Amino acid sequence: MDMPLSNIVIYLLTATRWTLLLSAIAFAGGGIGALLLLLLRYGMPRLGARLLHLYVGLFQGTPLVQQLFLVFYGLPLLGIDVPPIVAAGIGLTLYASAFLAEIWRGCVDAIPRGQWDAGSALGLNFFMQMWDVILPQALRIAVPPTVGFLTQLVKATALASIVGFVELTKSGQIVSNATFQPLLVYSIVAAIYFALCYPLTLCARLLERKLSQSR
Amino acid sequence: MGYQLDFGALAGYFGLFLEGMGVTLGLTAIAASLGLALSIGGAATASRGRRWARVAVLAYVEAIRNTPFIVQMFFIFFGLPELGLRLTAMQAAVLAMTVNLSAYSIEILRAGIEAVAPGQREAGAALGIKPVEVFIFVVLPQAVANVYPALVSQIVMTMLESAVVSQIAVTDLTHVADLIQSRTYRAFETYFVITVVYLVLAVLVRRLFALAGRRLFAGRVG
Repeated sequence: MDMPLSNIVIYLLTATRWTLLLSAIAFAGGGIGALLLLLLRYGMPRLGARLLHLYVGLFQGTPLVQQLFLVFYGLPLLGIDVPPIVAAGIGLTLYASAFLAEIWRGCVDAIPRGQWDAGSALGLNFFMQMWDVILPQALRIAVPPTVGFLTQLVKATALASIVGFVELTKSGQIVSNATFQPLLVYSIVAAIYFALCYPLTLCARLLERKLSQSR
Repeated sequence: MGYQLDFGALAGYFGLFLEGMGVTLGLTAIAASLGLALSIGGAATASRGRRWARVAVLAYVEAIRNTPFIVQMFFIFFGLPELGLRLTAMQAAVLAMTVNLSAYSIEILRAGIEAVAPGQREAGAALGIKPVEVFIFVVLPQAVANVYPALVSQIVMTMLESAVVSQIAVTDLTHVADLIQSRTYRAFETYFVITVVYLVLAVLVRRLFALAGRRLFAGRVG
């Protein structure tokens, strides 16, 4: 099939919105998941620490492809039939929760113990200590590594193509098969990913430098 | 709920599991060796090389780190033949993994090199040792010791990421899973077992390197 360059680019750019949407879903879901894990971790120190350790170990110690396969084939077994975007969204949410929880735990741990003590001395309960005292301070140092993780997450969405979700990488495969121009097509696909990820990388680096200067 | 999990269906495929494991570990070992060798040169260039060489290494690192591994692999396997470089699936997988790993480990090693006290290099120079030898025998061992845990993590991540090579029909662990599930129709059970195998491999590789690290850099690596 003969396809002019402009059509290829437009087709791939159109597919990019699915990559962006999936990244957004995974980031939002992962953020909520990580927050819940953190509440568990600090609300029930002994059990929570063990659970978090287990959860993070499982998701950082197995391939994301396998995690997506398990969600994709596992949900129907529970009688839940989901379209690929939901399966991919859930899989990536679980994955992002593990990484974000691990990053944010480091940030919460960096807040001096005295802040917790001061909170409880003022009669704040656990949630008030966490929400009003600890998290606002942890947030400041959490921003640069979180933005850095976003790069990783955008790249991770490429694996959703394997469970049949048509995002940027899958569209690249489709166009490449149709046009017999894999070199050109995958160069454009790579360039689009680069255009999405590199600004995030730079942003993370800049924020990190700012933060280290302010301290 | 009508579905009964049946792991027994997989019992006959033990040999295939082992083969897949062998391929995954083999790919990782080759890519780790080549990638680390490459990144020693890259990191040395990035921290001490001429300006144009530094820019070239930096561009390489950024290009690889800001694009997905699977796209790099497709580019190598499907794209490069157009330029006359036709690789087998296995060669393409090794090349893609090596390129990917090296970009990350260049950054890691560079940080390690920059953390070595300048006095070490100066002491070497004062003793009349050639700069190349100072780098190889004085700076590099300390640099590696500085960042050893990060390098090990990167190797484990490369192994886990290599699950993607099944997409170009390399017969690794994930490919074995695809094969078995298409024969047994037991997709969930198969992927569950394979996931556990990956987890065990990741833990074992980590342990092995930690053990090696304690011997190689006695007292320097936690």
